[in-house]
Amino acid sequence: MTTRSEIRFVLNNRDVTLDTVSASDTLLDFLRIDRRLTGTKEGCAEGDCGACTVLVGRLQNGVLRYEPVNACIRLTASLDACHVVSVEYLSGPNGKLHPVQQAMVDHHGSQCGFCTPGFVMSLYALWMGNPEPSETEIETALQGNLCRCTGYEPIIKAAKAVTAHGSPADDALTLERAAMTAKLAQLRDGKRVEVSSGGSRCILPASVDDLAEVLLETPDATIIAGATDVGLWVTKFLRDISPVVFLSHLDELRQLDVTEDEIKIGAGVSYTDSRTAMSDDYPHLAAFWDRIAGWQIRSMGSIGGNIANGSPIGDTPPVLIALGASITLRKGGVRRTIPIEDFFIDYGKQDISKGEFLESISVPRPAKDTIHAAYKISKRRDEDISSVCAAFNVTVEGGTITAARIAFGGMAATPKRAAHAEAALVGAAWSEAALIAAAQRLGDDFSPLSDWRASSDYRLQVSKNLFRKFWLDQQSDTATNRLSA
Amino acid sequence: MNVQKSANAPIKGAVNSDLRHDSAIKHVTGRAEYCDDIAEPIGTLHAYLGLSTKAHALLRDVDLSAVRAAPGVVGVLTADDIPGVNDVSPTGRNDEPIFATEKVEFWGQPMFAVVAETRDAARRAAKLAQITYEDLPHALDPEAAQEAGMGYVTPPLTLKRGEAESAMSKAAHRIKGKLRVGGQDHMYLEGHIAFAIPGEDDDVIVHSSTQHPSEAQHMVAHVLSVPSNAVTINVRRMGGGFGGKETQMNLFCSVAAVAAKKWNRGVKIRPDRDDDMSATGKRHDFVIDYEVGFDDDGVIEAVTGDFAARCGFSSDLSGPVTDRALFHADNAYYYPNVLLNSHPMKTNTVSNTAFRGFGGPQGVIAAERIMEEIAYHRRLDSLEVRKRNFYGDNGRDVTPYHQTVEDNIAPRICQELEDSADYRARRQAILEWNAKGGTIRKGIALTPVKFGISFTATWYNQAGALLHIYSDGSVHLNHGGTEMGQGLNTKIAQIVADELQVDFDMIKITKTTTEKVPNTSATAASSGSDLNGMAARDAARQIKERLVAFAAEHWKTDADAVRFLPNAVQVGDEIMSSRDFIKQAYMARVHLSAAGFYKTPKIHWDRETGQGRPFYYYAYGAACSEVSVDTLTGEYRVERTDILHDVGKSLNPILDVGQVEGAFIQGMGWLTTEELWWDAQGQLRTHAPSTYKIPLASDRPRIFNTNLATWSENKEHTMKRSKAVGEPPFMLGISVFEALSHAVASIADYRECPRLDAPATPERVLMAVERLKG
Repeated sequence: MTTRSEIRFVLNNRDVTLDTVSASDTLLDFLRIDRRLTGTKEGCAEGDCGACTVLVGRLQNGVLRYEPVNACIRLTASLDACHVVSVEYLSGPNGKLHPVQQAMVDHHGSQCGFCTPGFVMSLYALWMGNPEPSETEIETALQGNLCRCTGYEPIIKAAKAVTAHGSPADDALTLERAAMTAKLAQLRDGKRVEVSSGGSRCILPASVDDLAEVLLETPDATIIAGATDVGLWVTKFLRDISPVVFLSHLDELRQLDVTEDEIKIGAGVSYTDSRTAMSDDYPHLAAFWDRIAGWQIRSMGSIGGNIANGSPIGDTPPVLIALGASITLRKGGVRRTIPIEDFFIDYGKQDISKGEFLESISVPRPAKDTIHAAYKISKRRDEDISSVCAAFNVTVEGGTITAARIAFGGMAATPKRAAHAEAALVGAAWSEAALIAAAQRLGDDFSPLSDWRASSDYRLQVSKNLFRKFWLDQQSDTATNRLSA
Repeated sequence: MNVQKSANAPIKGAVNSDLRHDSAIKHVTGRAEYCDDIAEPIGTLHAYLGLSTKAHALLRDVDLSAVRAAPGVVGVLTADDIPGVNDVSPTGRNDEPIFATEKVEFWGQPMFAVVAETRDAARRAAKLAQITYEDLPHALDPEAAQEAGMGYVTPPLTLKRGEAESAMSKAAHRIKGKLRVGGQDHMYLEGHIAFAIPGEDDDVIVHSSTQHPSEAQHMVAHVLSVPSNAVTINVRRMGGGFGGKETQMNLFCSVAAVAAKKWNRGVKIRPDRDDDMSATGKRHDFVIDYEVGFDDDGVIEAVTGDFAARCGFSSDLSGPVTDRALFHADNAYYYPNVLLNSHPMKTNTVSNTAFRGFGGPQGVIAAERIMEEIAYHRRLDSLEVRKRNFYGDNGRDVTPYHQTVEDNIAPRICQELEDSADYRARRQAILEWNAKGGTIRKGIALTPVKFGISFTATWYNQAGALLHIYSDGSVHLNHGGTEMGQGLNTKIAQIVADELQVDFDMIKITKTTTEKVPNTSATAASSGSDLNGMAARDAARQIKERLVAFAAEHWKTDADAVRFLPNAVQVGDEIMSSRDFIKQAYMARVHLSAAGFYKTPKIHWDRETGQGRPFYYYAYGAACSEVSVDTLTGEYRVERTDILHDVGKSLNPILDVGQVEGAFIQGMGWLTTEELWWDAQGQLRTHAPSTYKIPLASDRPRIFNTNLATWSENKEHTMKRSKAVGEPPFMLGISVFEALSHAVASIADYRECPRLDAPATPERVLMAVERLKG
């Protein structure tokens, strides 16, 4: 195996080659400190405020895609063969404002201006893919951007007006697309990449087989997909995460296949990239998916990471447990497949051994006679971590509940099924009364914690109430029982 | 350019026009320079604070050897390294050490700073301190502090008018209640930062993101033990302030300055967001015990209130903040007999500070709770109760602090909003909707705000400005206010443009610096344009007077014959361009520079007697909000908000609307999703946006109509009859809180006031629903 010992990417219109990169180096520091591109701001250093939003273009199956990302937690080494676009690149050489910038100026979208470059970049990404977005689409695109001054109203107006100032067809990234695609393809030379700085090591395997090999060689490595969790180990806890092994650049792990029986999701598939497949089969997940973090995090973070980090408050595990998903773990050439719920053993403890990695997730296609729902309860509607997450999958045959898979997040040390409540449902008639009765068993299933997100009492109460909500949501007239989107 | 033609077209960027923020293009292109963007001189060092991990403890041993030995570390600063006084208390109470010495009094209190070659190195080193603590008991909130006998951080205030006790006992109805109101983090997107560059002798220049450069200057001088004239503070712009950078930057400026002088290198200090939120003050939480006596019609006869605040370990601005809470405990309502007491409680938490409204919102929300209580008790529409209790004539016009309300437009504002928002019909529709008994309940509320404008520290109501006209006619403007996004520089340049009758773009707005305008007040209390605009106009008028005298003499005419036209000057029949005119004035040796000054007239305040006229005037507004609440989860949506707000005759309507909208959303955040949560050990656990949730774009009302009361003109002689706008609209967010309460009240058929505490998180809403279900 030949290895390359430098990271190569394109920053705006400049080629960058770095031979000294540590595992904890971030794109934001690279931009601001190394390159003095100070338009990109640090607001929180944890991917929650969006002031550091930049676009990263990457090839996936040969196609160049630009996505908004949080530069603060995007690790520099993961940028190999990518195109980084910062706010400085927007106005072009003649200094003319970009359509997004002009719209923001015209509609008074900035006050203090500190969040503004981040908003500009998110709106840029939105406009490129969707020049005439609805208000909901704008709000969804801006979930990862905080503004403390304007109250957002003028920014929304600006977002609607961008298209009046220009078409994405004339945008620099569109015009340069073929050349940039060729350039990035050239940078992807199929080699394993290894770089380090001061003993802190980064490895980008050449393929999934190579990943398996790297992990056998380096069983203590930190595995990173989107870095939306591990990034905070670096920026908040100052943890030494070396050696790190990245996997999101591997097309094989970005694969998502829908077969007759299953939706097979590669471990590196992002939240964004899994939305369509999941919501095509399970329409109730469309709205749920849009409430996972913000757009930047959804573009970076992966379903695999959401599972593998073992968090009791991840959004997707309860859903995947309820759907009866399984995961495939791989060590070297050996694979094993287990039900996802068995992966979560205890707080901070998962069924995974050193050198092993999560390769894919299999979600069954919808079974007949099943009724589904998923709820996320959080302090703030969007871009928040759930207080309680609940997923229902109930089979009703001839008016009788014959099977129930109901899983909760935020209620225990792991994402977990409500076994007593499920048992109470099976065999009962599909009715509001049965659901309310089953809800009363939740106290046997869970003794949730109190913390800053919610009290134990609230978690239990709202979880019980969700059983009734599940019923009401299946009724034909939901107007008096459902909040507007 | 045809001078005659240009003189007929109005100037660009005149007062009362919708001029965009002067930095808008720099904002959107990323070229606006913030403190952290300033190019660093070679050898710049970085400081980082070492923070306590106990809420209250003796410091038995502070071992910093590992910190000193860490890679890249240049040195460490402790209290022993401070040349002057180890204190940054803004009120001179000497109760706020930069570095704790014998004990720590809150979790996150700075104990030392480490200075290193890079910020990363300094930050990593700061974690290596070995601190041996001896725990002391701690009290985190006002109630615990009262129980523990913690005492006050600053003297309390009493406001009294009439005989509250006897009136209360005679009242037909009495209600007693308690309201807990949470604090609020500023969550300015740009955190605290200071960057000091040493100079010769005692000199030091500190670039910072402070709302109060003069205080930072005086504080750095105090800490370095040098005269104020050795210290220069520069502020080009802030990435948001909201009060959080009024006093809280003093510590950062001081640490950077001490280190810069000690090592004779540039030193920058910028805490991580988590540390910023842990170590710097926030809006005061309050626990308010109220009692109201009223008649059958819901008209108030007496109000008493005790306002206990979580002040934190030191006084900071808690005195004036808790005073202002009492000043606003009446909001827009007349209390015939009233007794209000503040209790500025010492707590083992970070010292709370200024935040947009400065205690006022906590007073206003108590008044609105009282209105709500009466409404549910008398089974009246709460708006009706509000109207019956508005300030009026016939002796119903005196506040609890004995100031007569002379400019009351709250009734007109509310009536217009009631009509334009179609309040009555919508409220009826909501009652009918809720009567269907679904799980989604709706609520609506229309709440007013009356907010007193002026610093209650009377001497703060002064301002200076410095204006130069260069011989090419271009204008250089400097004033004591700071730009934090509110568009202050834009407005003041408009004022100067208007006065000089030159285009706005002839005026260069420069950074705020203590070198140019001395002894300035904080840009706070919504006063930025009122005070600094007047000072800038004064400077412009001084120069104009000289120019008129020059012209009259030069062209041998009367002063009356000299007229300033748009970008031109007319002397007798002759019209010349402003540029040419200025050039001639220069050649004739006219002094083209002036320092302007202003002090607010009429105001006075005697804190001992609780009487006076602390406010020059009042700003008014009202908001009507409608919400939907999911009574199974406590989640909610703000469906619609209509706002009518009073900014007098607006200097710049579009910027004012921006302030109103932004303040409303921020006020809504305070009362809905923004929750500060300390654990039992006293550590703030909501210390970053991942855990502390300010509103997002999707939290905006689904329908959001904001209008200015364009008919309003300030009765007082403010700049062009405008009114302050920064703080008053913050309290419009209370309409959302009241609407949530209304929706929840439907569960018990509006028989009972739900008594929601703030913030009304989905959890608090659901728990109130469950409580009312019984």
